[in-house]
Amino acid sequence: MLPLLQVATKIGEPNGVAMGFFFLFIATTLGITWWAARRTRTTEQFYAAGRTITPRQNGIALAGDYMSAASFLGIAGLVSTTGFDGLIYSTGWLVGWPVVLFLIAEPLRNLGKYTFADVVAVRLRQTPVRIAAAIGTLATVSLYLIAQMVGAGGLIRLMFGIPYETAVIIVGAVMIGYVLFGGMIATTWVQIVKAVLLLSGAAILAGLVLMRFHWSPTALFAAAAEKYGDGVLAPGKLVSKPLDAISLGLALMFGTAGLPHILMRFYTVPDAKAARKSVFYATGLIGSFYLLTFILGFGAMVLVGPDAIRAVEPGGNMAAPLLAEFLGGTPFLGFIAAVAFATILAVVAGLTLSGAAALSHDLWVSVIRKEHATAAEQLRVARIATVGLGILGVVLGITFKGQNVAFMVGLAFAIAASANFPALILTIFWRRCTTAGAVASMLLGTVSTLVLIYLSPTLQVDILKHESAWFPLRNPALVTMPLSFLTGIVVSLLTRNDAEALGFDQVARRMHLGSPLA
Amino acid sequence: MTDARLHALAAARWRVQVILTGTMISMYFGFVLLIAYNKPLLGRLLFPGLSLGMLLGALVIVCSWALTWVYVHWANTHYDAELDRLRN
Repeated sequence: MLPLLQVATKIGEPNGVAMGFFFLFIATTLGITWWAARRTRTTEQFYAAGRTITPRQNGIALAGDYMSAASFLGIAGLVSTTGFDGLIYSTGWLVGWPVVLFLIAEPLRNLGKYTFADVVAVRLRQTPVRIAAAIGTLATVSLYLIAQMVGAGGLIRLMFGIPYETAVIIVGAVMIGYVLFGGMIATTWVQIVKAVLLLSGAAILAGLVLMRFHWSPTALFAAAAEKYGDGVLAPGKLVSKPLDAISLGLALMFGTAGLPHILMRFYTVPDAKAARKSVFYATGLIGSFYLLTFILGFGAMVLVGPDAIRAVEPGGNMAAPLLAEFLGGTPFLGFIAAVAFATILAVVAGLTLSGAAALSHDLWVSVIRKEHATAAEQLRVARIATVGLGILGVVLGITFKGQNVAFMVGLAFAIAASANFPALILTIFWRRCTTAGAVASMLLGTVSTLVLIYLSPTLQVDILKHESAWFPLRNPALVTMPLSFLTGIVVSLLTRNDAEALGFDQVARRMHLGSPLA
Repeated sequence: MTDARLHALAAARWRVQVILTGTMISMYFGFVLLIAYNKPLLGRLLFPGLSLGMLLGALVIVCSWALTWVYVHWANTHYDAELDRLRN
């Protein structure tokens, strides 16, 4: 038995500096929201920030949308307790971005208006495609939202000592404020502020670590190996089943290109060229951030120690905050805690906005009102959807209190890779894709992912505590993504539609040249 | 006439897309397969403090970004120029 470690830490105690930074962040972002609210009068401004965001701003905002607290705290924690195995995640979370750039970003900008369903529906029948796409979107968004909300509640309770429910309600209320009044303009700027804070916080932390190792990362890694053995620099137990690793890899690589809140950001820039450049900036920023997690993780391992980290929180999630406290005392801990909070707020705001767009733009305006809704009505419905989703997020966050929801992020990526990504690729690149094919691919992608996750060891063994699971893989993407592609192709071939194929030529034109109106 | 040129441009872009996406997939899944099937190789130390696995992991990140630069550079120079000619 290990002796119970007494770790001297101020984590969990009310921290004046953290509160100060936190209120400063809230005040700044609400100020931005107030400024944005006066510029949010049309649906184009509400969903797409009036298409006035520059590539550089959008690149930073994409990074802000994507870098969640889970990657900051989770990966740093995993590296600090397992070494190399944690780094597998650092690389995995980045590799989807080039795919977004090569295959999706520009066609999306040229073919769509607010949601990815715009692109799938462009030459197909509106109603069935939009319903299926909205199901895929809402499934992805709600799972991601649950994971973020539960993470937020736990994190804030741990860091600030506020009760879990209060924390979830605060996050929900502030986030609804951003989106409801400031729409995409406020959401974009919240993400920019958050990305700058997170990247500079991580960079300062990494700098303070490296300062102690003569500015040499390898000296740091060598110190870790000396203390805990060369094993920390080599692959360990995390990837014991190769198929699991490949399946998760598929979900991460192609799921990124199907995440509704990420795809929606490409509508905020003026044209396809700007969309292209923004992915380049985003990839650079996100890549640098994940390289910093190498330093943060091993820094926490050497300076704080895995046992001390696990003693504060068994999952290792407090590695980065503990490292900050060790290096910069309570004030720096406060700063990093506030940054982690800001991180969650920005991600949930982006998620809620994309969910609201699916409900109002895809379902209400296109399916129910058949494009006959006035501009004022569209905006009103979008705002009602925002409040509804925000409240749903809070309710789900409280419902799932104490549950292990880490798998839900992987599941959200699996649905995005299996429901949203294949339909996008098939309609953009394949002439003979039909309405029935796209709908079948999206529905089967969503349903099969949900069913296989339910049958997987993640749920059956880890959560329901059964002896074994019917389906062997922890992440189903290896089965569901090819299945979704195959279904789309076979059903399209069986339901040949010459009129829809004819529409492809016009779409191909617009995909390259942009809309004639733009 | 324009259609034939657009067709050729679309084919050229498709080739670039396939090559770059293929490179990305082989790079990342090559790394994952090494982790799965050849752990000792990745654990080999190049010099104290740096294992082959860590170097490759960092390289996957850096190369991903480099590939986005390659695409953006190609698109900004070749693709956009041809699109401009097509628009006029």
